[in-house]
Amino acid sequence: MKTKVQAPAAILEPAQAPAVKIFGVGSAGVAMLDTLSGGDFAGAGFVAINTDASSLASSSAAIKIQLETKLLRGLGTGGDPERGRAIAEEQFATLKTACEGADVVLVIAGLGGGAASGISPVLARAAKEAGALVIGFVTLPFACEGNRRQQQAQQGLDQLKSVADGVICLPCQKTFRLIDENTSVLDTFRITDGLLVESVRGVWRLLTRKGLIRIHFDDLCALLRDRHSESVFACVEATGPARAREVVEKLVAHPLLDEGRALAESSAVLVSLMGGKELAMAEVNRVMEQIGRQCEHAQIIMGAAVDETLKNRLSVTVIAAKPGPVPMDLPPLAASGDSVEQVTARGIVSRPGPSCASSAPSLTPEQREQSVAKNAGTRARKTGPKMRQAQLSLAIISKGRFDKSEPTIHKGEDLDIPTYVRRGVALN
Amino acid sequence: MFDDSSIIVGLEIGTSKVCAVVGERNADGSLNVIGLGQARSRGVRKGEIVDTTQAEEDVRNAIVEAEQMADVEIRNVYLGVTGAHIRGFNNRGVHPVVSADREISEDDVQDVVKNAKAINLPTENNVVHAIRQHFFVDGQAGVTNPVGMLGSRLEVDVHVVHGNTNRLQNAIRLVKGLQLEVDEIVFNGLASSLALLSNEQKELGALVIDIGGGTTDYVVYTNGVIRHTGVLAIGGDHVSNDLAYGLKVPLSRAEKLKLEQGSALVDEETKGQTITITNELGLPLKTVNVEHLRRIMSLRLEEIFQLVAQDLEQAGLFDYLRAGIFLCGGCARVPQIAALAEQVMQMPVSLGQTNSVSGLKSALDQPEFVSAIGLVKFGSFKTRKREGKPSLAQGIKGTIASFLRRS
Repeated sequence: MKTKVQAPAAILEPAQAPAVKIFGVGSAGVAMLDTLSGGDFAGAGFVAINTDASSLASSSAAIKIQLETKLLRGLGTGGDPERGRAIAEEQFATLKTACEGADVVLVIAGLGGGAASGISPVLARAAKEAGALVIGFVTLPFACEGNRRQQQAQQGLDQLKSVADGVICLPCQKTFRLIDENTSVLDTFRITDGLLVESVRGVWRLLTRKGLIRIHFDDLCALLRDRHSESVFACVEATGPARAREVVEKLVAHPLLDEGRALAESSAVLVSLMGGKELAMAEVNRVMEQIGRQCEHAQIIMGAAVDETLKNRLSVTVIAAKPGPVPMDLPPLAASGDSVEQVTARGIVSRPGPSCASSAPSLTPEQREQSVAKNAGTRARKTGPKMRQAQLSLAIISKGRFDKSEPTIHKGEDLDIPTYVRRGVALN
Repeated sequence: MFDDSSIIVGLEIGTSKVCAVVGERNADGSLNVIGLGQARSRGVRKGEIVDTTQAEEDVRNAIVEAEQMADVEIRNVYLGVTGAHIRGFNNRGVHPVVSADREISEDDVQDVVKNAKAINLPTENNVVHAIRQHFFVDGQAGVTNPVGMLGSRLEVDVHVVHGNTNRLQNAIRLVKGLQLEVDEIVFNGLASSLALLSNEQKELGALVIDIGGGTTDYVVYTNGVIRHTGVLAIGGDHVSNDLAYGLKVPLSRAEKLKLEQGSALVDEETKGQTITITNELGLPLKTVNVEHLRRIMSLRLEEIFQLVAQDLEQAGLFDYLRAGIFLCGGCARVPQIAALAEQVMQMPVSLGQTNSVSGLKSALDQPEFVSAIGLVKFGSFKTRKREGKPSLAQGIKGTIASFLRRS
């Protein structure tokens, strides 16, 4: 496989470097994994998990696990997370074995469908039991994909959050700001995938690169943990003498950060600066000062590191966590073994090596497009009419006595909502 | 008992209270407040009537109380209006002087003002006030009275306050339903400024902010004339509502906490301080953090001042307020509010005092009665003019009178 064996100089000694395994779950997750494996993730193990054999076949991941039972008749989960979960529970042992040996497990998935929403929480639990730290990187479906998928995704996200150490979540809807009228569906998905991949890379760098000011993994986990409903992230780069200023300007104008508004609203912000050898303290200071001004109410965790491959570029990754609604009590994930039928498992585990190279060739652009198209198809698949209890949105802020009166809107802000809530002032 | 024409009544149907002030104009023209009636308002939100039945009852109670206190029968009132629909802007009218000797006559002045008032408003809107600012004679600025001057082109700036016809009519109809005549409707902010500011302060430039229960009305004077008016549909109600939400207490309790513990600034010594709420039997119900209470209040009030400041900055009027800022309305009672306003506006701020009105001490010193007293003062100006120039009586009533007749 493409995994390089020898590590570049900047990577920590093997004794210190955490062993990282990256899991792609579901069709979208597998597709993103492919994009990732093309990058510079030296030393990471790639594992693709899906119920759909065709998506796995086109994947270039080192290890592939197909979760299959008679129940599914080779048709995948049919967009039903319950089935995804049931099958993952059955294969819990397989998943756990796959996670073994890793210090950190990154779970990449496009929530909304059956496989990703059902399997990833179980996978996260398996990884935890195997003794690894778990970070989820997930996308939420576009609004046009329908309510049902949104709900499934939300449920999957909540379950994932309850087990994982941290979840970075990208609502696809936000990428609408990045695309124009003529962007094709394929390109749009590629952009979303690209963004998520970017954040994986950011975390990867945090974990592996030599830090001048290290961000502890605990800090990252604390930032991403459940009290935050949604994390937004942005990664920008700049070169030249005024790069520190440029980076901040780009960051503030970043569409995913809502033109800097996300920073102002966030309760915790992680900033990771990465530069070549000549990364100056003054630059670090300047960037941090500017960011600090943007997010007055947030707790800021910062780190700086040197990556020689960056040369004269300055790269800044920002992960901002917004305070979310009170997390609802979820039913605990069902314990494994509750399925009535005992079904034989067939986990395809292929090992990296020359024998494997022919079966999983690197993708030509056409094939890649196909895989994305397939991916898109899965997203749009409809599910059977299964009644489900509607969820109440808990984010609504009651306007009290002004509930029924004409709202006071000033420059798009509803002034009837308490000022301290709109400004995000925390009352502990 | 009194000669009817000397009695002037101001009626304000506010969000937190309905208030009627009876004033008597003495022979020398000075004003004397002789009666005050008030009732808790239940049918008004954000300065506008939402429940006519309850509002009508409240108005009746207030009027009856005022009648008893002043020992007069109230027939006419000056009615205060407010609400988010009310807007103000400046407009200029032009009139060519056509007489042979180019001398500007009284008629020319009338014409130019009429031109200035002819504004393209949306059909559903109506002019509440069109206040004359300054005249220009052949481009020469700052003329206050052009009659008798020579010139070929007369211009005038007017400040126009307008609002939604139907919403204004709601209040007027309600009062008329109680067998009372509405002399005129007056924008509350304007009334407050009349009650608070002396001519000198108007000349220097001043801002009056009336923070009431449901709305915040503000008026800017520069060079003796009204330059700018505005309404924000935020007031003391919002403060109470924020407290109810933030401290998780019922609204009535939040209101009480606001009055007892409220402050516009968060002091160092309140940090960590708590108070226990008890029920009517004295049993503890809940503990409330005083610091949180004040922070919630402070943020809301600060925002009100910031919004006003933004608006003024946009209008470019900040540098003209040499007499400073004057606060009134129920929220002016909040301790340290002037200090907070000073922080936001970076300008001297004081609590307004009604001037050149005598009478009931209890009424004159209260910030929440300022606008009702201002209504009486507005009325006294009008009647004085009417007596001075009886032939013009119809003309002065102008737009308002015709507007009222239509109802």
